[in-house]
Amino acid sequence: MIIEKKTMRDAFIEQIYHRMHEDSGIFFLTADFGSPVLDRLKRKFEDRFINVGIAEQNLINVSTGLALEGYTVYAYAIAPFLTMRAYEQIRVNLSLHAQLKEINVNLIGVGAGLSYDVSGPTHHCLEDISIIRTLPNIIVFSPSDWVLAEKFADYSIKTKKPKYIRFDGKPLPQIYENINDIKLENGFHEMRKGKEICLVSTGYMTHSAVGVADMLVKEGIAIGVVDVFLLKPLNDDLFFEAVEGYKCVMTIEEAFVKKGGLDSLVAGILNDRNSNIRLVRMGFNDAYVFDIGNRAYLHRLNNLDAEGIAKNIREILNVL
Amino acid sequence: MLAEKSEQFFEYLRDKALWVRKETLNIHRIAQETRLASSLSCVEIFVVLYYGKIINHNPSDMKCEKRDRFIISKGHGSISFYPILADMGYFEREELGRVCKEGTFLGGIPDCIIPGYETTNGSLGHGLGVACGIALALKRRKRKERVFVLVGDGELYEGSIWEAVMFASEHRLDNLILIIDNNKACMLDYCKNIINLEPLDEKFRAFRWDTMTVDGHDVSQLYSAISTMGQDYGGKPKVLIANTVKGKGISALESDPLSHIRNIKPEDIDSVIAELR
Repeated sequence: MIIEKKTMRDAFIEQIYHRMHEDSGIFFLTADFGSPVLDRLKRKFEDRFINVGIAEQNLINVSTGLALEGYTVYAYAIAPFLTMRAYEQIRVNLSLHAQLKEINVNLIGVGAGLSYDVSGPTHHCLEDISIIRTLPNIIVFSPSDWVLAEKFADYSIKTKKPKYIRFDGKPLPQIYENINDIKLENGFHEMRKGKEICLVSTGYMTHSAVGVADMLVKEGIAIGVVDVFLLKPLNDDLFFEAVEGYKCVMTIEEAFVKKGGLDSLVAGILNDRNSNIRLVRMGFNDAYVFDIGNRAYLHRLNNLDAEGIAKNIREILNVL
Repeated sequence: MLAEKSEQFFEYLRDKALWVRKETLNIHRIAQETRLASSLSCVEIFVVLYYGKIINHNPSDMKCEKRDRFIISKGHGSISFYPILADMGYFEREELGRVCKEGTFLGGIPDCIIPGYETTNGSLGHGLGVACGIALALKRRKRKERVFVLVGDGELYEGSIWEAVMFASEHRLDNLILIIDNNKACMLDYCKNIINLEPLDEKFRAFRWDTMTVDGHDVSQLYSAISTMGQDYGGKPKVLIANTVKGKGISALESDPLSHIRNIKPEDIDSVIAELR
């Protein structure tokens, strides 16, 4: 197993950079946010790279105009500002338009969840899944490692719809071994098979979930882990098949719980099927995180570290 | 450069403007939800662009690449564009009798479900930024089509407008022509009583735009200014400040700071039409 650490954004932008050589119909726009690969892209394609400045609203609007003229557009910014400062631009110009016209704008938001740990609550992004998921006609992609991010490049060009691509801000190890076997359109992948309890996670938290599963296996407890990377559209039926053998599904996310995020997505799927699988939601309660410290510290404070999750699992196993 | 236009031509445009006002009132008669005053201030702008044949367009091939793009950002105030689109053949004239009725595509605030509208409107401050993207795409493809945008002056309070204003001059979008329907009023009051927008032309010049100011109800001034701007590829975006009167043609609206939200009752429409000149 390769454990090379890499940022999702570098892996993904590298792919777009290569495709821009052969496809003159791609534009890359940024709201003054960078990456090492982007420097190369900027130098090579100065006609199709634009920094709009710190202006997320205009980033979306200009991207819309380019896309209406047939271009494939990537619009790159820090996740909370991209999704929340420019939310109404996304709604009116991407979501509404996409119902009537072909429009391929790919929003790349970097800094999902607590990626920007010490930067505080303005830079934390705990709302994006629920607020973007509620918009019709937009695809929401939330990969857990850079190989999955890389794989999305082709999909992003071929699927001519608006997309919100949420990347973690930190370099993370690869956790997908056989990426060629992954079907993006299924929306999820079973990382570990287990009994009784299945963890369902997205993005960074899938690393935690896999870590907890591998830790508990040594205690003789086998739990399942499902990584959901396409939060919209997720293949509900296939997902339910994957979890229906468990007694309890535990969602883990760096997001506010019971607000429309991953937990709500899973709750809806279980509820629609009158399932009596118990649902436990782990994430953040209805409050911003003002505590200062790195991600591990913030997770510990909120019981989202490996020990906090494992403790919850052991307690549930006792009462199942 | 510009061919002299005859007085007959301008008389034709004035007749068209009168006809558009009458048709707009007829729509308002059956669709009281429509914003009348705001739709009346920009009548001459629409007429000059379309009947003056400044805009290149083709109703039978709406998506043709050779069309000029026209973005009507002030959505609410463009009900007066409906009769023009019907007259040009974008849809059947009978549709004008169904505005805001079940099953029609002609709502109280237009969007791109209507043939002839390029974008979704109604939420203000979006059109100019989208137009910048379109203008940039056309320039990268080395095409000569122009992008016209109509905004209301009240819309200039939206910060996204100024993000786009900065962008347009930096990227030398000289195929972009912004027309401001400067009717001097928002919903609740005259702009000068809210946050004074003047001096508008100086603001745009500071952002390195070319500016012109005309009487927005004088078809000859409008025609001359817009055609000049439409042929100028001198490296700068252009703004035409068209000074207009909100509710133009209807005395009861012209003098009312709350004209935006005033309706003319269906039973009064005929007498108001008779008043039009």
